[in-house]
Amino acid sequence: MTAFLPVRGPGDRLTRLFWQRPALLLGLMLAPPLLWLGLVYLGSLAALLVQSFYAIDEFSGLVVPEFTLKTYAELFRAQNLDILMRTLLMSASVTLGCAVLAFPIAWYAARHARGAWKAAFYLGVMLPLWSSYLVKVYAWKLILAKEGIIGWAAGATGTTPILEAVLAVPGIGGNSLSTSYIGTWMVFVYVWLPYMILPMQAALERVPASMLEASADLGATRGQTFRNVVLPLAMPGVIAGSIFTFSLTMGDYIIPQIIGTSARFIGQAVYQLQGTAGNLPLAAAFAVVPILVMLVYLALARRAGAFDAL
Amino acid sequence: MRFDRPSFGLKLAAIGGLAFLHLPILLIFLYAFTTEERTYAFPPPGLTTQWFAVAWNRADIWPPLYLSLRVAAISTALAMVLGTLVAGAMAQARFFGREQISLLIILPIALPGVITGMSLRSAFAIMEIPFSTWTIVLGHATFCIVIVYNNAVARLRRLSGAITEASADLGANAFQTFRHVLLPNLGSALLAGGMLAFALSFDEVIVTTFTAGQQSTLPIWMLNELVRPRQRPVTNVVAMVVFVVTFVPILLAYYLTRGGADTAGGGK
Repeated sequence: MTAFLPVRGPGDRLTRLFWQRPALLLGLMLAPPLLWLGLVYLGSLAALLVQSFYAIDEFSGLVVPEFTLKTYAELFRAQNLDILMRTLLMSASVTLGCAVLAFPIAWYAARHARGAWKAAFYLGVMLPLWSSYLVKVYAWKLILAKEGIIGWAAGATGTTPILEAVLAVPGIGGNSLSTSYIGTWMVFVYVWLPYMILPMQAALERVPASMLEASADLGATRGQTFRNVVLPLAMPGVIAGSIFTFSLTMGDYIIPQIIGTSARFIGQAVYQLQGTAGNLPLAAAFAVVPILVMLVYLALARRAGAFDAL
Repeated sequence: MRFDRPSFGLKLAAIGGLAFLHLPILLIFLYAFTTEERTYAFPPPGLTTQWFAVAWNRADIWPPLYLSLRVAAISTALAMVLGTLVAGAMAQARFFGREQISLLIILPIALPGVITGMSLRSAFAIMEIPFSTWTIVLGHATFCIVIVYNNAVARLRRLSGAITEASADLGANAFQTFRHVLLPNLGSALLAGGMLAFALSFDEVIVTTFTAGQQSTLPIWMLNELVRPRQRPVTNVVAMVVFVVTFVPILLAYYLTRGGADTAGGGK
């Protein structure tokens, strides 16, 4: 084109340069975002790793910037191992709860909702996904409080003994729902549920109706079709969703702080250690654990084909 | 054996599930009008609108609100520039390291927020950077890039490469093509991405607690009220404000991009 048109200014000259060297334009476009992500994000992750190999001086309370594995060894103390196990167990049970609750919603949205209903389902899942996290947690504080709506509803329907029996279960019960593991679990499930519904729905939408019909023609019951046809085909979606629910639960420190027992989760340990305790190295070492767990999880998910469903 | 008509149980479970996602938020609204300020007694013993006036006159609410708006505006602007650039590069060419770059963009929201926050906190400690508005912005812009990127890249993928070639054939230079051809086509997707990024930043609390130091954004103010409540209904009024400030851009983003394969908000 430059053979025919006169060069009108620096814009044209640059365009000619980009035309001759496409890599230059690509480099110019990529440089600012990559510099940002590389410096700010990867740089910080590196700082986290470095910090986790430091240790705190027990007498002065100051961070000693020398390489040591002492801080990681501290992770294996009984009380810290408890925190890790508790967090992993909670993440797993939250993921399971989300999968069970999400399935009917995703199935209905994928296979039965049409037209306006389809849009309503999409918005109905997307709005809670994006709306304020803290507002949602706060709403549950209102709901689960001893004098709150659940206690009131139980009293009004005469089911208070059932509620008390549930709260009396050793290990997961407590004084009220807002101070028990059950409460923490409920809020986690509620807050992360949309993250499970969306990939599950995407996976279910790809299940061909002809397969369900074929299964029925071959004499399978609903249950058999579900187990042998639907579930294997929906699995990549479930795993994709579980990446979010698992990872988000593992790193959260606000929900267990506001609703639950005084026992700590990884996120809380990180937050308290870097704040009031001033033990940055141990906080960093705690934060490395979810990274490692997620790396393993992602590798397994990749093998199960979950990334095609994202 | 029919799969074309949902059973009553399925319908109930699906609609019940959707209701479960929305009803708790309505309670926040109800409790903003309660006359009981010490407990969360249900049903509220009486209704009043006085808490809106009380909240308006509380001096400790305004500075966090301004800080949150400022951080969200700066982070969104930064994320829009960086996200659009990287989307443009990723859409136009296949090159070495493309996969790694796409992983790098997603990482800040794929890893738990506590890790992003703790990483930034470690970096600030090692480099001895004091906390400021900008330390908050550093974190927010980082996880907002992916939101803008997702929206822009979905639109670019749908756009035919032929239109930029046609523009060049007609004598436009690269900047004119961007201004008159690409931007009008990308506009609504970028706006949607920007709005989602704004909503995400305005509401973010996990990363912020690590990068704010003594400063208080509106979500941090709310968090403090949750831990040590005083005048509980005032917190509800603020929660309503936070809800509306995030809800409106999300709804707008949906309407800007609905009906396409790239509807905004499919992933967070």
